[in-house]
Amino acid sequence: MDNSLTPLVLKRLLVPTLLHLGFRKTLTMADEVVLLDFWPSPFGMRVRIALAEKGIKYEYKEEDLRNKSPLLLKMNPVHKQIPVLIHNGKPVNESLIAVQYIDEVWKDKSPILPSDPYQRALARFWADYIDKKIYVSGKKVWQTKGEEQEEAKKEFIGHLKMLEGELGDKAFFGGECFGFVDVALVPFYSWFYAYETCGSFSIEAECPKLMAWVKRCMQRDSVAKSLPDQHKVYDFVLQLKKKFGIE
Amino acid sequence: MAKTDVKVLGAWPSPFVMRPRIALNLKSVEYEFLEETFGSKSPLLLQSNPVYKKIPVLIHQDKPICESLIIVQYVDEVWASGPSLLPSDPYDQALARFWAAYIDDKWFPSVRGIALPQGEEGKAELMVQVFEGLALLEDAFDKCSQGKAFFGGDKIGYVDIALGSFLGWLKATEKMNNVKLLDETKNPNLVGWAERFCSHDAVREVMPETDKLVEFAKMLRARFKAPAS
Repeated sequence: MDNSLTPLVLKRLLVPTLLHLGFRKTLTMADEVVLLDFWPSPFGMRVRIALAEKGIKYEYKEEDLRNKSPLLLKMNPVHKQIPVLIHNGKPVNESLIAVQYIDEVWKDKSPILPSDPYQRALARFWADYIDKKIYVSGKKVWQTKGEEQEEAKKEFIGHLKMLEGELGDKAFFGGECFGFVDVALVPFYSWFYAYETCGSFSIEAECPKLMAWVKRCMQRDSVAKSLPDQHKVYDFVLQLKKKFGIE
Repeated sequence: MAKTDVKVLGAWPSPFVMRPRIALNLKSVEYEFLEETFGSKSPLLLQSNPVYKKIPVLIHQDKPICESLIIVQYVDEVWASGPSLLPSDPYDQALARFWAAYIDDKWFPSVRGIALPQGEEGKAELMVQVFEGLALLEDAFDKCSQGKAFFGGDKIGYVDIALGSFLGWLKATEKMNNVKLLDETKNPNLVGWAERFCSHDAVREVMPETDKLVEFAKMLRARFKAPAS
């Protein structure tokens, strides 16, 4: 995704040259940022959005989850999962933890979490709710059929409606500004077409205010460039269904 | 700040409820503990946590904050003049959040699973998971404490609170199943840490006694086995 040549040029050519010329004290090392990711992962998308919001250049490394790289296994030995943010060689695991880390390290630009402790607690609460509810209930929608799927749809829509209620008439979850809860939720939009098609329902019909919020988010470059095409995700879901023998 | 400005809705057996109480104690913040009656949920709880209807809830100046670790972070940020619970370095903060999430999402569910009715094979499998988790946490303690008394260094911090709050139930599980989960030979760091944590001023008064938890667990088991009246 991003050109990784610049930091490499800095490291291999420019730095030694400048050091040789005695520029050691005035030189600032460029941050080395790598993201281990998997293109349809909504969790990976969260980190992509945060990095884009802050204008951070990074190297995107696509992982084959059926054949995990030695780097992934080394950087996330506990969970062996993506996304993994690697900053100057040190791994940060878990998407929401990585987003908070990015917000704290690059704090001089585009804040993601609010500054007020109560608003921060609310933002963390709703991001946590999204983590607990949306992925799991959405998965059930495309993995099941018949009555089980009807139950799954009800549950999934219920969670979306809860979030829509929390959004209310605000532009974004945090108010006027795009923030933490928006970053946590909007990646799932790339899966909406898949959920809707597999489940034969319309999220726009059920949650029109939420869809309006999606459109506002998609106007941001950071979001539009971080989310894959919905149809591509749907094709991926069809492949998964075939693989797991789900009709 | 007036005592009634800060309230904690909770119940004595809950490890999650312990967390905000320890955090407030560490910050020397006075609070009112409102004990929920087992088996019913108060109107205040339902009003303060409509999404999950669960304890703990911190009510600060009439504003509710839910989810134990979110409450701990809130306490840390509001009472910033007291000893900090999270590290100041962003990377160390991320590490602390990672371990707390691991404890909640992976490790404790294995511990809790042991107490559930199941066959010997199921129980043995869960115990392996618990031991593996403890090995990871033993190693994490080494890295986080850097030779000091707690995960947080010289003082109790975020990961100490996250893990330490489960010590009561860990001991109760050991007693009820006649097993040793936290073992000095396997986890010398954690055993030493556990003793220091449990005897700390901020923890002692809120850590439930093992025997009381065992009694409580037996009562729960009986209640769920009894036919509906």
